[in-house]
Amino acid sequence: METLSSLADGFVIALTWQNLLLALLGCFLGTMMGALPGLGPSNGVAILIPLAFTLGLGATPALILLTSVYYGAMYGGRISSILLNIPGDEPAMMTCLDGYPMAKAGRAGEALALSGIASFVGAFLATWGLILLAPQLVKIALLFGPAEYFALFTLAFATLGGVASTNQAKTAIAAALGIGLATVGVDTQTGVPRFTFGEVHLYDGIDFLVAIVGLFALSEVFLFLEHRHGNADAAGHKVSVGRMMPSFSLIRSCTPTMLRTSFLGFIAGVLPGAGASLGSFISYTMEKKLVDKEGTFGTGDPRGVAAPEAGNNAAAGGALVPMLALGVPGSGTTAVLLAVLLALNITPGPLLFTQQPDVVWGLIAALFIANFMLLAMNIPMIGLFTRVLLIPPRILMPIVAMVSFVGIYGISGSSFDLLVMIGFGVMGWILRKLDVPLVPIILGTLLGNAMENNLRRAITIDNGNWWTLVDSPLSLTLWALALIGFVLPIIFGRVLKARMKHMKKDEEGATID
Amino acid sequence: MSDRIFGVVGLLLALGYAWAALNIEESFLSDAVGPKAFPLIIATVLGLASIAIIVKPDAAPEWPSLMRFVEVGAAIVVMILYAIFLPELGFVIATALAATYLTWRLGTRPLSSVVSGSLTSLGIYAVFHLVLGLSLAKGPLGF
Repeated sequence: METLSSLADGFVIALTWQNLLLALLGCFLGTMMGALPGLGPSNGVAILIPLAFTLGLGATPALILLTSVYYGAMYGGRISSILLNIPGDEPAMMTCLDGYPMAKAGRAGEALALSGIASFVGAFLATWGLILLAPQLVKIALLFGPAEYFALFTLAFATLGGVASTNQAKTAIAAALGIGLATVGVDTQTGVPRFTFGEVHLYDGIDFLVAIVGLFALSEVFLFLEHRHGNADAAGHKVSVGRMMPSFSLIRSCTPTMLRTSFLGFIAGVLPGAGASLGSFISYTMEKKLVDKEGTFGTGDPRGVAAPEAGNNAAAGGALVPMLALGVPGSGTTAVLLAVLLALNITPGPLLFTQQPDVVWGLIAALFIANFMLLAMNIPMIGLFTRVLLIPPRILMPIVAMVSFVGIYGISGSSFDLLVMIGFGVMGWILRKLDVPLVPIILGTLLGNAMENNLRRAITIDNGNWWTLVDSPLSLTLWALALIGFVLPIIFGRVLKARMKHMKKDEEGATID
Repeated sequence: MSDRIFGVVGLLLALGYAWAALNIEESFLSDAVGPKAFPLIIATVLGLASIAIIVKPDAAPEWPSLMRFVEVGAAIVVMILYAIFLPELGFVIATALAATYLTWRLGTRPLSSVVSGSLTSLGIYAVFHLVLGLSLAKGPLGF
């Protein structure tokens, strides 16, 4: 009951004209970003963060804009999967399997509309899940002391590699790099400068927005230059969209699938490190096992479109649970969103719910609103979004680069920051070539300081006794989970990745024949 | 081989970081842990993970040919020049030049690149400066 009245308060905040317009803008931009192959939710949000700041938006409006972009990009990822057989982002990979065959059979419009509805169901149910689960998690989190928080941060880093990379050593290197970057600057506890080489620009530390935009957006530009993908526009293999509205019976026949996979995707999203890719993968595989009696999955079965889309959008909502309740993001994009919160001087975690309820509930209300807007946009306006695919990257990528520069320059007005950003872009390009995940780096720069502060506080409270870190059942549990989270992907990660690739390959073989 | 080199770089970085951490000047006010301990833990993780990569590297990625390397290198140089000359040239001119270069190198014909680059610059200027009121670098011509 209390929850519902808080939610009602949230709607009062979210339903102002300014916030509604921002949500609309965010949904639109997000869907476009998601639809373009190569620009997923993380890049999309990363490019727009500096802009949200330079616009001087307050905390809640900025969050509303960027979460709308986030949800929009999750919706948009399916468009190029269905029309071109190129996933807009990794979670949309499974949507290619049945979406593209449907499009080839002249049912592109139906597939797009159905996947839009499935995205809505997944995200809508996940937002309810967030409302129910996050406050419960907050109750547990209020029992956390500094030692438990330190263990929790370790858990976040240990599990983040999970599906993102097949090599845990590389994940560890990435996390260490990020945390190392966070230690640059004046030490908050003692006031001693660290790793600044006497450079005054570095006393404030490295701005993580500069790091994020460089690593995600600029490295993408370098990848395009390297492969000269510039001319790879979609005009060559344009597919006609066909009938827009799926029949009621089709929606009804897919409803059980959507409900089941929403639940599954949400769970996958809540688990740290797993995220939307896992959500769409297990949703698809489970539905295939459960309902595919005639073996039509992979040949354009509508349920094969509904399952991964409901799953990945539910996972996107689920990933917000640990991010808001514990301050530990469950996926790459939520890590970027965490950056937004921190930059707005909002520290996510249990205290956020009690101290700044307007931010939390305003945000949750905005998620609902964004969802309805996206549903409304994605059915009648789908033709417009598909036209975005006609913009060739040789025009688009320079715009991405220049907008990144504008955003960072707008915040600081300093050429030094632009140079640092270029440095991060080069680093991101090399690391991506080497299959080193970028998300742990971002998470490290974001959480490094909080991690160190909790460590030092825990040990100082206990008069320098390091054993205090493993002194409570709660922290021991977290350490055990961290260990499992780090070791399990070494065993299963490779298998899972290989199977995802394999299924996609099989499918390509089948459609070419 | 790429991974082994990466591992060696990581290891050197870990050693350098640890060395720099040991050289942090202690302040008279300090907590039980001090400013050195945490960086040393991170250096240890970085070092161990780097050794793991050296011992067990993945298959090498596909590196671009020398020509493509030069291509990416040239783009980086152009971006650095952009960052340095932005305050001198002003936003519109600097951005038009940089966007033209990138568009050209991504495979547009020279003349079309100039058009597209200029339009990109003017478009961003219109949206971000005129509509949204963002202050962008002013050049000698006032824009």
